[in-house]
Amino acid sequence: MTDDAKRSGLSRRSFLRSGAAGALSGGLAAGLLTGDAAAAAAATDAEAPDTVGPGPVEIELEVNGATRRLAVEPRVTLLDGLRDRLDVTGPKRVCDRGTCGACTVLEDGRPIYACSRLMIESAGRSITTVEGLGSPDAMHDVQQAFVENDAQQCGYCTPGFVVATAALLARHPAPSEREIEAGLGGNLCRCGTYKGIRAVVEGAGGGGVSGG
Amino acid sequence: MADYSWPEADRRALIGSRPARLDGPVKSTGFAKYPSDQNPSGLLAAKILTCPHAHARIVGIDTSAAEALPGVRVVHVIQGEGSEIQWAGDEVAAVAAVTEEVARDAVRAIRVDYEVLAHFVTEEDRDGAPDARAAGERAEGDPDAAFATAHRTVERTLGMPQMAHMCLEPHGQVCSWDGDELEVHASTQAVSTLAGQFATELGIPASQVRIRTEYMGGGFGSKFSPDRWGIVGAELARKAGAPVKLFLERDQEVTVAGSRPSAFARIRAAADEQGRLVAWDSDSWGSGGLPGTGQTPLPYVFSRLPNRRLRHTSVPTNLAGSRAWRAPNHPQACFLTMAVLDDLAHELGLDPIDFLDRNLDLTGRPDTYREQLAIAGEMASWKERWQPRGRTREGAVHRGLGVSVHTWGGRGHSSNCDVTVHPDGAVEARIGSQDIGTGTRTIVAQVLAETFGLELHQVRVSLGDNVYPQSGPSGGSSTVGGVTASTRRAAQDALREVLVHVAPRLEAEPEQLVAAGGRVFVDGEASRGMSWREAAAQIGGAPISVQGRNPGPGRLISSGVGGVQIAEVEVDIETGVVHVERMIAVQDCGLIINRRLAESQVYGGLIMGVGYALYEEWIPDPVTGRLLNADMEFYKLAGLVDVGSLEVHMMTGPGYDERGVIGLGEPPVISPGAAISNAVANAIGVRVPYLPLTPDRVLDALAGRGGPA
Repeated sequence: MTDDAKRSGLSRRSFLRSGAAGALSGGLAAGLLTGDAAAAAAATDAEAPDTVGPGPVEIELEVNGATRRLAVEPRVTLLDGLRDRLDVTGPKRVCDRGTCGACTVLEDGRPIYACSRLMIESAGRSITTVEGLGSPDAMHDVQQAFVENDAQQCGYCTPGFVVATAALLARHPAPSEREIEAGLGGNLCRCGTYKGIRAVVEGAGGGGVSGG
Repeated sequence: MADYSWPEADRRALIGSRPARLDGPVKSTGFAKYPSDQNPSGLLAAKILTCPHAHARIVGIDTSAAEALPGVRVVHVIQGEGSEIQWAGDEVAAVAAVTEEVARDAVRAIRVDYEVLAHFVTEEDRDGAPDARAAGERAEGDPDAAFATAHRTVERTLGMPQMAHMCLEPHGQVCSWDGDELEVHASTQAVSTLAGQFATELGIPASQVRIRTEYMGGGFGSKFSPDRWGIVGAELARKAGAPVKLFLERDQEVTVAGSRPSAFARIRAAADEQGRLVAWDSDSWGSGGLPGTGQTPLPYVFSRLPNRRLRHTSVPTNLAGSRAWRAPNHPQACFLTMAVLDDLAHELGLDPIDFLDRNLDLTGRPDTYREQLAIAGEMASWKERWQPRGRTREGAVHRGLGVSVHTWGGRGHSSNCDVTVHPDGAVEARIGSQDIGTGTRTIVAQVLAETFGLELHQVRVSLGDNVYPQSGPSGGSSTVGGVTASTRRAAQDALREVLVHVAPRLEAEPEQLVAAGGRVFVDGEASRGMSWREAAAQIGGAPISVQGRNPGPGRLISSGVGGVQIAEVEVDIETGVVHVERMIAVQDCGLIINRRLAESQVYGGLIMGVGYALYEEWIPDPVTGRLLNADMEFYKLAGLVDVGSLEVHMMTGPGYDERGVIGLGEPPVISPGAAISNAVANAIGVRVPYLPLTPDRVLDALAGRGGPA
């Protein structure tokens, strides 16, 4: 088994079986049944699969440093699981289709769209949301910089932008234009706070903001 | 009578300064709980079944399969058999269930049979519209004679389609009942007016409806009413005996929860040999969905143009009704007017800034515009860098500059604010307003702290709850004037009461005392005073509580602003891709309370403007009548790297400050479409007649195909 599968206790193949059982929408199952996943499923047909779902699956994951254990249906996204099951509401549901970035969280330190990940895929992993970076009384440098640069208006895109910015700066402390585009091009704001966000990112090169 | 006024410039500690917004830390850490973040115990999730057809009659509806699903608590038919549906996305039924996933399953399990009827969704084709109707014609002067003798005339057909509000927090609410009392956490721009609307629909007294909106994720003019989903959410919660969360899915949000009306027009405009506008003739049409749309105010800003004729046709479509979109009517009127004037300047061989300048007496504020055009031109190095159309190119990339002017009212709305001074020195304001992201919480605190001579962190502001005194909905740039005026009046009255108690201790008259720097003292004799805390202790055991109102006495607010914007673009004539390199905004808004937040409003307006100038449009499918881009992948907002360099100059100081506070939310979003379109015309030598300036439209214009949008 892969490391991923060991961590979650779910093999890719058994998950696909559960998907085929009807718990998933057709598009999502079809999307997963491509490339090496489909090949793996075909090649190991003889093995007896551990089928999960469509009912709730017991999983354990770390959220903002705390171990959380819960039962979720395989179809529940990480975003909905965080918001609806665990009451971790910093990540926001906006486009719900991997476009706007308002749901951005860190999974094992890497920024992902929580709307485009199933919660069971994050089993055994460590999730950090915007709340896990800092609190109003002890803000992360990036959060502090968002306040100082007025990089927020209604604030609904802000959690995703803060997490994406923290991840960008952790990797590129003084990012180039191309790195900024790659790091923040997947987040959208409606109020028009990009001037402030750019100031946060460009100010980071001066040593005012540290990443991570 | 007591005097209500703003402190003189040299006595302002906070007003006009740049404090950070007070709710910045809770927002940037994700600790702010929005209405959609409320998860009360026992919460049910609700979903709505919408109609897939743009025009249909419901001939049968069967909810039995949905009702039989485990976890489903309530199935509610919104529009039953016999109902005529007029747009795709209209609400047919709703379900409350234990989880969102079960609610979605249940919605899918509802069977509805429709008789599909003919629809119409493409209003730019006015002649093909079944229900187009004349919606006004008027003339002033003698346009025919003026055109006949004019030196130069241009004629253009221009337009911009419907577009979405695209609030990031979708419309919706969490409803909880306690007996016959309803509490609604609503994502709204209208905390104080929502209760009455809920109450009427639900048959309960308004006094039993509590509305709470501590934070909300954007409205832009689309969140003033409970909407059908609000009432349905409350009904579901009542039937289920449990709290119900109902927020629209993104496709519903785009399709039914807010759009800006389209505007198309065939326009003729003429000038004399001196470059003076002499005649205008516009035949306009547009749609705001089923209700059609009213007359676009033309010509924009240059409204004193002497000889003019206007005709308008309203074109109803089978699309959800439009809503007020930031600066209703103005971006459309601005684009239609400024594009034609820019083309006319080109015909006259004039620099467009020079042309506008020659005609400023046809506007309501010539001095303001003249000053602003000069400043904006300076910022853009216009004189050195502007060239006639199509002259600045490097290979396939052409550069251009464009200019536009705009106006707005922005008078403060009706507002009431309670200010309380406690004997321990604590000062608080309670106001039934809402902070929709503009910084209302922060500016109320600034006014409060300024009046009592305190620091920002020493005062407390409570808003976003209809238990506080009524304050108007946040629309039309009316909030800042309303809330600062009511707060200032209450605070000045409360301070006067404190000073009456303090004066004998300082052996002075109350009128001689001032509150500043955390102290109360005799004006001009700082040593004859006491700390604020000591001063507050003089009031006795009970707090002082005063309500301030707007409108009211004193010159605290006014109305009417001007703005000028310049856009600089690069256009690749091989791909048709437009990139905004730079936007310059020069804006007045009277007395500025918070410079940082004021600038943020203008930056935000510019960025939203880049979006509707280049990317944003509703794309209805003529065959199905449904939107083809009811998502965020194909309905495109501007991203961080799309907006170029942004520069803002706020007109402030003498000549502006004494006008008092004027709203700022709308003005900066009006000109970008026009300025960017004009910059593209300057770059490529021809007018792209439609917004947004997508590559296909740019290439069509370059190929000489003006064509329909």
